[in-house]
This record gives sequence, C-alpha cells and structure tokens, in this order.
Amino acid sequence: MRRVVVIGTGMAAARFAERWSSHGSEAQLTLVGDEPAYNRVLLSSVLAGVLGTSDILLPTVDSAQWIRGAATGIDRAAREIRLSTGDTLPYDALVLATGSRAWIPPTTGLAEDGGLAEGVVAFRSMADCEQIIAQVRPGMSVAVLGGGLLGLEAARGLVGRGARVTVIHPMTHVMERQLDATAGKILRNAFIELGVEFRLNVLADKYVPGDGLVLDDGSTLPADLVVVSAGVRAETGLATSAGLDVDRGIVVDDSLRTSDPRIFAIGDCAQHPAVVSGLVQPAWEQAEALADLLTGHDPAARYRGTPIVTRLKARDVDVATLGEVHLDDEDAEVLRLEDTARGRYSKLVLRDGKIAGAILIGAPDVAATVTQLFDQGRQAPEDRLALLLGRAMPAQATAGTASIADLPANALICRCNTVEKGKLVAAWRSGATTVEALAQKTRATTGCGGCRDAVCDLAAWLKEQ
Amino acid sequence: MTVDDTAVVQPRQFPANRGGLCQKGWNAAAVLTVPDRLTRPLLHGRPVDWDTALDFIAERLREIRDRRGPDGVAVFGSGGLTNEKAYLLGKFARVALGTSQIDYNGRFCMSAAAAAGNRAFGVDRGLPFPVTDLAEADAVLLVGANVAETMPPFLSHLDSAALIVVDPRRTATAEQAKLHLANRPGTDLALALGLLHLAVTEGHVDRSYVDDRTSGFAEAWQLAVQWWPERTERVTGVSAADQRAAIGLLAAAGNAYILTARGTEQHASGVDTVSAWINLGLALGLPGRPGSGFGCLTGQGNGQGGREHGQKSDQLPGYRKLDDPAAREHVAGVWGVPAESLPQPGRSAYELLDALGTVDGPEAMLVFGSNPAVSAPNARHITERMSALDLLVVADFVPSETAQLAHVVLPVTQWAEETGTMTNLEGRILLRRKALSPPPGVHTDLWVLRELAVRLGQPAHRFPAEPEAVFDELRAASAGGIADYSGISYQRLRRGDALHWPCARGTNGTPRLFLDRFAHPDGRARFVPVQHRGPAEPADEAYPLLATTGRVLAHYQSGAQTRRVAELAEAAGEMFVEVHPDTAAQAGLADGDLAVVESRRGEVLARTRAVPSMRLDTVFLPFHFPGAARANLITNPALDPTSRMPEFKVCAVRLRPAAGEGDE
Repeated sequence: MRRVVVIGTGMAAARFAERWSSHGSEAQLTLVGDEPAYNRVLLSSVLAGVLGTSDILLPTVDSAQWIRGAATGIDRAAREIRLSTGDTLPYDALVLATGSRAWIPPTTGLAEDGGLAEGVVAFRSMADCEQIIAQVRPGMSVAVLGGGLLGLEAARGLVGRGARVTVIHPMTHVMERQLDATAGKILRNAFIELGVEFRLNVLADKYVPGDGLVLDDGSTLPADLVVVSAGVRAETGLATSAGLDVDRGIVVDDSLRTSDPRIFAIGDCAQHPAVVSGLVQPAWEQAEALADLLTGHDPAARYRGTPIVTRLKARDVDVATLGEVHLDDEDAEVLRLEDTARGRYSKLVLRDGKIAGAILIGAPDVAATVTQLFDQGRQAPEDRLALLLGRAMPAQATAGTASIADLPANALICRCNTVEKGKLVAAWRSGATTVEALAQKTRATTGCGGCRDAVCDLAAWLKEQ
Repeated sequence: MTVDDTAVVQPRQFPANRGGLCQKGWNAAAVLTVPDRLTRPLLHGRPVDWDTALDFIAERLREIRDRRGPDGVAVFGSGGLTNEKAYLLGKFARVALGTSQIDYNGRFCMSAAAAAGNRAFGVDRGLPFPVTDLAEADAVLLVGANVAETMPPFLSHLDSAALIVVDPRRTATAEQAKLHLANRPGTDLALALGLLHLAVTEGHVDRSYVDDRTSGFAEAWQLAVQWWPERTERVTGVSAADQRAAIGLLAAAGNAYILTARGTEQHASGVDTVSAWINLGLALGLPGRPGSGFGCLTGQGNGQGGREHGQKSDQLPGYRKLDDPAAREHVAGVWGVPAESLPQPGRSAYELLDALGTVDGPEAMLVFGSNPAVSAPNARHITERMSALDLLVVADFVPSETAQLAHVVLPVTQWAEETGTMTNLEGRILLRRKALSPPPGVHTDLWVLRELAVRLGQPAHRFPAEPEAVFDELRAASAGGIADYSGISYQRLRRGDALHWPCARGTNGTPRLFLDRFAHPDGRARFVPVQHRGPAEPADEAYPLLATTGRVLAHYQSGAQTRRVAELAEAAGEMFVEVHPDTAAQAGLADGDLAVVESRRGEVLARTRAVPSMRLDTVFLPFHFPGAARANLITNPALDPTSRMPEFKVCAVRLRPAAGEGDE
C-alpha cells in the first residue's frame, strides 16, 4: 500500500488529513507529531478567557494514523523518516507541516540553557498559553515584547484579565507591516482606552528576573511577566538536514513540492513565492490543494497564492487590513476617511478599479464588503462614497422618510396588493373618503396591514386638500 | 377566506392570516374561470370523451408494465394536492401500479427542512407551535424567507418582534428588518456556524437546557468553534459586528424564534444548513420552550400535509417509512394487500425526472398538480426527458407547460370546486369545502384515480372517490404514525375544532410539540455536527456571478395559475433579473435592457432591473415564467446527499445583453 506520511499535527496537517479523509484514498495516511491538533488562531481567545483550551482541539480524523512522537531525520535515499523512539517509518510521499516557532529577540537574559528565563513566556503554543494563564494575576505588571498582530491580541487578553500591560515595540507605530502611521496611532489610542500602555521605538536591552526590562533608552520597565510575541521563524531543521532547498522557509512550487519530488511542504514551514507565511488561510489552502493532488481527487490542483487579509481578534477593537496597504504610487487611487476622535480610519487603495489594499479601523461594514471584493478580485462599485461608508443607501430607504404628499403617483403604498398612491387618490376622488372605504375599494391594508399608517396619512392629507 | 357561489372571494377572520389577503388571495377566484380552463380530456391534443382517454391510458400502462415491470411507470405528485389526493395517489402508485417510482414536487420544497427536523427533533412539523405564538416574540431570526412577498399576512404576526433577516438580497422583508445580514449566496451554513460560535463565546448558551434536553453539543461545537467571527465574515460577507448584533438581539429576547425557508434550504447542503440553524436554536434553548422555538415556513398550499401521507418516494401515510417492516405491515393491513406486495423506496424527484425515457428509467409518467417543465432544476434537460416518454399523462385544470408536453391531459377540479383537507404550516388540519360546481366535463383527481385503478384491475371500493371516505381511510392508515390523524374527522373539522397533529383517536391534537420531550426515544433533541461546504458550483472566471432564484408577490410557484390572471400578470410584469447597476454596466447592460443570464446548463432571457442594494456578485431571478424565461433553465441539479434537494439557490452564471441590446 502506498504510504503518505505527514510530519506535524498543526492546522495545516489537520486540514490536510480532513480533506484526505473526505476525498478518500487507498493510501495509508500517518501523522507524526507531539501535540494533539488544536486551532492556533484561537489561542488569543483562550488567553482572553473567551474559550477554554479543550474548546480549541481540532476533530481527529479516524482514517489517519497518529504516531505520537517527534521526527528526528529524513533519509531521502531510503525514503524513510527516523523517529525519536528510534524507529523508522517508510514513505512514498512525505508532507512537511512542521510549522514555525517563536522568535526570541537577542535581549540579554531572556533565554537561558536553551529555554526561556523564569518569568518569560513566548506566545505561540497551547502550552505557552496555559503557562501565561497560570501565571497572570490581576494587578500584575506584564510586558509584551512585540506590537504586531499577535502581541496586540495578547495585550487585549491580558488587560481583560486585569493585568497592567505595556507593549514594547521597536518601530514608531504598531503593526507596521499592516498599518500606516495614522492607522497605527488610532489603533494605539484604542488600546490605550482599554488600559494598555505603549513604549514605542525602543528595544529591550536586558531582562532582570523579578525586576523587569531595561530598555535601550536607559529606562526600566518593571515586569512580573514578559510575554514574547516578536515574530516567528519557519521550522526548517529537518528539511535543512535532509538537504532540501531552504530559504526563509522550505522552498515549494505551485504543487507544494520541495526540491525532492517525493517531499512536499505546507503551512508556516513552507515558502511559496506568492505568500508571506504566518497566517492560517494560506496554510489551509495549501493543505487543500495538496490533498486534492495526493488523493488524485484533482490532479490539476495547484496553489497559486492567497489574498492576504489580516483581522485583529480583539474585543471592542475592529481592525482589518488587506493587500498592499502601503501603496501610494501614482497609478493607485486612494480613498481615505479619518475620524481620529472616534477611532475610525478607512484607507482603500484601488488599482484598475479593484481593491489592491485596505486599512479599516472601526469600520466593520466596510471591512466585510471590501474583503469580499478583494478576495473575489471584483471591480469595486462606482459609488466610492458608499464603498467607503460600507453601505449603499437603497433607493427605497429614502422614500420612507418622504411625506406622503411628496410621493409620486406611482409610489407603491400597499405591496401585498400592488396599490400605488395614484390608485388610492383616484379611489378617494371617486367617493372612498375613509380608510375603510379606501381599503374596500383598492384592497390596500388588507394583506399584512403594514401600510395602514401610510393609508391613514394619505387620507388625512387628502382631507386637507 | 370564503368564496360564494358567484365566485367572489371574501376574507374571513382566521388565526393563521388574521383575515389578511394578498393580491393572490383576492384573485383566487379568477383562476376558476380563466379563458383556457381545461374542460375536456385531450388525447394527442384533440378533445375526447373521458372513457376514450382513460381507456387509452390504462391500456398503455398495462402494456408498459407487462413489458418493463411495474417500475416502468412513474407518478409525480404535488404539495398543492389535498391530503386526500396525496394519500390516494401514493396508494394508487404502490397498489394499483405497484411502482416504486413515485415522488413529488415537495422534494424541491420542503425536503431539506423535513430531513433536518426529523434528525434533530424526531419529527418534522413546519411550525411545532401555533403561528399566533409568534405575536409574543421579542426577536425573530428569519433565514432565507421573503414573507413580505410569499405570504404577506404572516408579517402581521411579527409586528412586535425585532426582525433579523438573513438573505443575500435586500428583499421587501429585509427592508422591514431591524438587522439584515446580506450573506453571499451559498454561505448560510458558515453563517449559522459563526452565530453558534458567538452564542458560546458571548456566553449566551442555555447550559441547563443543553444538559437536560439535548445531546451531541460537544461534537457540534467542535466544528462550530472553527468559525470565529472574522473567518465567518470573510466567507459570508456578513460583518463580525453584525454577527454580534444578531446574536445579541436573539439572546436579549425573552421570547425568540428561528424560522427557515427555501432560501437557506434549497442547497446541495440544505439538510446540514438547516441542522446548523437548529443547532443554534438548541444552544440558545429555544425549541420546545413556551414562547420560543424553531420552525420552517412551508411553501406550497399543502406543503405540510403533502409531505406526510405517502406520495414521497420513501414514505407511507402518517409519516411512516416505507422501509420500516412494521409500517409496511400496518399500512398494507389498512389497504387489504400483503405487505410484501408494497414496493421499496424509489428515485427522488430530480433523479426520477432525470431517468425518464432512459434505458433503466420509466417509460410513462402520470403528473398530478405539478409543472416540472418550469419548476424542476435544469429545466431544459427535464423537458427533454419528459418529451422522451412513451406516455405522459397530466391532470391539471389549466394547460400548464408540462400539460402541453403530455400525450393525455385530464381536466380536473380546483380548490373551490371540491372538498378536501389541507394541513397548514403549523400542522393544523383545515377542511376546505366545495363551494361551486365544477364546469361540465371536469372531474376530481380522486375520481380519476379510482377510474384508472378499476381499469387496471383494482376493486372499486379500494379507491373511494368521496373525499370524506378517503380521509377516513387516511385516518386509519396514519393511526399510530408520527403524523397521526386518527382523531380528526370531517365532523370535528366542520364544527371548527382547531386540531393539530399528532391527534390520536379520542384526543384533541397537539398545538405545541416538544414542551416536555422531543420525539426521539430518549426524549432529547439532537445537535448534529455539520461542516460548511459552500456552493456545489462556485463562481469562477468563466461564470463570475452567483445566481439565486425566488418568488415575486403576484405569482405562485410555476405561475401556471397566476400568469393566467390578468391583474396578477400585470402586477408582476415580465421576467426580470435583479442586478447591481455596476455589475450590469460591466456586462454592457442598463436598467430595462433585455439580458441573457447564462450558466453551464442553459440561458434565460430576462429584463434587467438595476437594483443598487444588490450584492455586486449576485443576480436574482424569479422562477414563475415559462419558455425561454424559465429561471430553472440555468439552475444546478446538484443534490443534497440526504434529502435529494436540488441546489436551486446558487449557481455560477454570466450576464450579457440579448441580441440587439446595448450594442449601439
């Protein structure tokens, strides 16, 4: 029997196994990994106390075998992998879904003995999350190293648990990959409102356990706990040792194939030309394409990139960014709405009439619509104001505010019986001069009854004429 | 409503509609006297007498049966038939024809909700509570239901509720809503999962209800937890903020209801989609709680009763299962035939129509009260299949598009000309009494079935033509079943008793189901773990838009009746396609231009209606129009794996001007 082995049990591996199972295959699927599969995206919800750790476990796939343990090497010539138990496992096709690990900045004292110092926790895995929850107490000082997406989600969760949180970020504004300076400032203000403090444009030089962080501007930040969320690095150790092409990640083509045609890579560990890794959507789409390929469900399946949409998951703060937000060149059409006082900011970048990028803070309706236009590569509506505000006003909505006298004769008053204003006026003039008589003559009001007020208004108006 | 002997309709106070009538109701009498009303049987298009027509049919049926076996003949029924007709039609198929090949147009209507209801509650009754209970609701989530057009008087029950409407279009109903969630077509299931996710994370789950009255929450939650609001937003287009607002409104309401209709049900994942909405209702503790609940809005005139008494491919009267030995024994006993003589379940509606005239499929079909040439998905193909039959017999009162294909057309009575019972959306049985004499030469469907049965060798007493006699037999056949009618009699109905099934002999029926227990053996409702699948045919570069279909106020179903009433036809106007003005412009179309809407299966001609509230990726077509304007020429016959419901509500299309339009 053909054997397909997946190294990893993270979100990419889980999605691959799920699709594998639903497509069905003769081959034997084996997953190798230490942890049960869980939804990493929801760790910030666990930290925020919205979900429990058991909530985010992913469903197991019955048709796949799970070997609990770590892979320690790949023997490409023998087509087998070595396991931490000393056993070997042969494969016909190997899928690397080894993910990424937290990057720890070179701050003195953060790391020790190959691990992290006392009072320092990364924010990357379920175990990290459990450790943070076990340690954090109301009133405790927590420093979050890193003001990117995950750092801010962690800060939101921690402040919700009553901690005094300070975010330390080496750039002049937060989430600089996804936000421009104005947006960064508005977002920072929103977090300040929630009780989070910021130290921007500084690096942490040194960590002193029990004391806190010494920053590169000379100041000291007291911290009972340091949460590191400074970015991730692709987990490429196995691939490098096996001699596969590795750059920032394991290099793959549109078939998710590495430099060895029997070995594939998906998710955070993979480096596809069209993708910035670290988000779940590309990982899922890669897993789906590869499952289509390896089960034979769709031998023509290819992965050609995923539109990047970043959504901050933090209660009371609505942030969406997508595409090329820093595009300001002459070809681009830029729409911008700034309402700093109320924490709202919308910037839409269009090219050839299509959404090329957007930053949306406090504009949830716009985010929903713009994301769909972006994902579908569809022409944006000509009514750019409506696009910027998030909702086109339907023509009928304005009719509702007009007085009955101003409505044209063909205005529909009773939908249930297709009665227009003109018909009611004519009925009145032919002697039906009460609401009841109008109803009898025209059948207006005799359906759902919703137009009764309008017919009463009309009768009153006609009486005055 | 009532109708007097001069055929004038008058509204009458009644709980279900509170005395309200829309334009269809007011004009119901006009259908009785349409100019092309059928009054003589037609054989190959020529008028003949009844004996000639019936003898011809019987002889051909015998010949086909002898040659091909009983499954060489198919029967196609309707959710518009009375309970008596639906019952006798099923009996006729299984006993007089001995065929397994019977199904009905309700497969296209109620089957997804029915299957999901059975799965969750152990019973399928559209509203398991009287419709008047809705008046006390504080919030109502209406999913894929445009009641302001399809059943306007229903809206009066919702006056005091905060209305949340899920619909890709800003329908007349959505305009009255406090909150309109305009999701991308084909993403209802994702939205329901997202709302369940929020119900949990926002702390609105009724834990004691879930513990005491349900099972399976953990498995359903394990899938719903994957649908956090931002992911749901990206797939559905409904903002995370609106999702939160919706769940907030439902949770804040003392009394809340979730009601589904065709918009969310007519999908190849329709059963799972309804299950997802039921899961949400169960998490919030709504079903079976006084003043709250879950229900589905029944579509056709007798959409409820029509799905209970044996015209479905897998079903016997009383909502019994055809493959259940005890059910077969009981019903065969009432019918006086051996249980082993009853056929096993046959093809579902679309599969049946698709098989007509093929090597393995039926060579003959009898159609009662349905117009699949217009109402079936992939209509061009289905029209070809029906045209390939050796014998097509249609019983109707107007020359519908399907009747026009038939070898034999049988003119039958319609509503005011016959007596029979209907079961309304709340499971209440209504007696509709004959008010007028039919035109000379017109007979009832029951009479037609009896005459054919006798010609096929059945004893006459086995196929009574008197509605009350048929109903009394139905009572016996349904006794002890899920939909037990045994305690309901014409006498009680004439007296005005409000009787909701189940109504066993000597009882007063069941207005409210589930107050103490659900109908599964353990008394619990079941969460069903479901996963989002998306449209069977997603939009792509070649067909970049999604088409969805639905109704307009002035028309009913295939329009065979309402298109013949001048006032209604004028109110509805001609076939149209609703499209965003920008999307129209990109296709070279402006408001009023004649457009071609094209899918992989065919194309439809429709007048462009530029509607600014439309989603840019979606077009809407009403399905009431004939010929080249049939919306179902483009719809996708992908079927739900459980209910065999076709995917009417989403398919990939493209748009272009019709020849001679927009090319100046």
